[in-house]
Amino acid sequence: MLAIIDYGVGNLFSLQCSLNKIGVENVVTSDVEVIKNADRIILPGVGAFGDAVKKLRESGMFEVVIDEAKKGKPLMGICLGMQMLFEKSYEYGEYEGLGLIKGEIVSLKGRIPEELDIPHMGWNALKLHNGKNELFKYINEGDCVYFVHSYFGVECDEALIASAEYGIDVTAAVAKNNVYGCQFHPEKSGDVGLKILKAFCEI
Amino acid sequence: MITKRIIPCLDVRNGTVVKGTNFKDLNEISSPVELAEYYSSHGADELVFYDITASSDGRKLFTDILKETASKVFIPLTVGGGINTLDDFDRVLKCGADKVSVNSGAIRNPNLIKEAAEKYGDQCVVLSVDVKRVDGKFCVFAKGGRENTGLDALEWIKKGVENGAGEIVVNSIDTDGVKQGFDIEMLKAVCEIVNVPVIASGGAGGKQDFVDLFNTVPGVSAGLAASIFHYGEVTIDDLKKTLKDNNITVRL
Repeated sequence: MLAIIDYGVGNLFSLQCSLNKIGVENVVTSDVEVIKNADRIILPGVGAFGDAVKKLRESGMFEVVIDEAKKGKPLMGICLGMQMLFEKSYEYGEYEGLGLIKGEIVSLKGRIPEELDIPHMGWNALKLHNGKNELFKYINEGDCVYFVHSYFGVECDEALIASAEYGIDVTAAVAKNNVYGCQFHPEKSGDVGLKILKAFCEI
Repeated sequence: MITKRIIPCLDVRNGTVVKGTNFKDLNEISSPVELAEYYSSHGADELVFYDITASSDGRKLFTDILKETASKVFIPLTVGGGINTLDDFDRVLKCGADKVSVNSGAIRNPNLIKEAAEKYGDQCVVLSVDVKRVDGKFCVFAKGGRENTGLDALEWIKKGVENGAGEIVVNSIDTDGVKQGFDIEMLKAVCEIVNVPVIASGGAGGKQDFVDLFNTVPGVSAGLAASIFHYGEVTIDDLKKTLKDNNITVRL
């Protein structure tokens, strides 16, 4: 059973449907016991970092997610969920994240050429780093995935497994041991996205 | 590099897809769910659903269709039509929409964009504008293009972006359904004043119209069309190959 963490923000319908499509049993939950008993976890996310972390803490899931990840359970953060895996974010203030991936979340503003629109929204091609991570075993470099974000991860060093070119190389995916993060939305990235989810569910 | 998007638009009335010329004489075509699946597997980058039903029965039918589509199609879905309140945002987002497009609702209540952007984020709010030239000026029309609001289109769009609209759909009534190409002049004027993605709508008659659009207005992020795709005059796969041959970055 895969647990999709529900902390009250964002729409989880598409994510559930895409997991159903690839035949992965899943449950949307905010129950720490369900999370502890799940064999893998997805941390989704839409909205602002500070608010999301606050809600995760209030529900008691913050510590549980860290514990389960440290025990070796496969964990994947999507979009804001990926950003929350990092140590710190500077979105509307300064907030501490789960600290499972080294690095910080900063604004695209001031770091990409001025003529480019923010958010970075639309389909962009993946450039793979540090070899081909097992998350990408069914896809190829150059495959496009769907992004919508205004902040991004920096200084994640060897955890960087994919980037996308948007004036600069923007962090697209990270991995460290059993912890994975995608800045893009696999559940909105057509067949390529489904293949990434499938690979995660086979880890 | 971010790719230029190709977006088929499905106008849905009483559970079926329709498309007319200059918004009149609507013809029924096909099942929206089937059409959505077809487009998704043939290269569409995103889908737009416009709910053009007026009755509450029709609305229920629409959200059922949306939900069914969202459970089968894994690309971004934008929903418009009949969006007047935050409750309307909520209703369609829960059924699987990723973005919500406002048009007349924002004209009636200019706070709608701001409230929705604060609640759901800028990326969720699309401002759709029906524009027609009146005495040489770009004017905003409401009620499916039937009523001149007197609003200056460029001013209206600028204000919408300031209030938090994350994307603009510019639908030229002058070129809609005529199939003689997109409204290049109007789109250039809009791209000059905003820094959010602009989607061109109205006038696509063939592949070359998309090539001309992206070559002459590089600021445009996406091209939206309905009838040429619905009637199979142009397939999206084929269109994208042509765009690529013309050095326009697309997702293949």
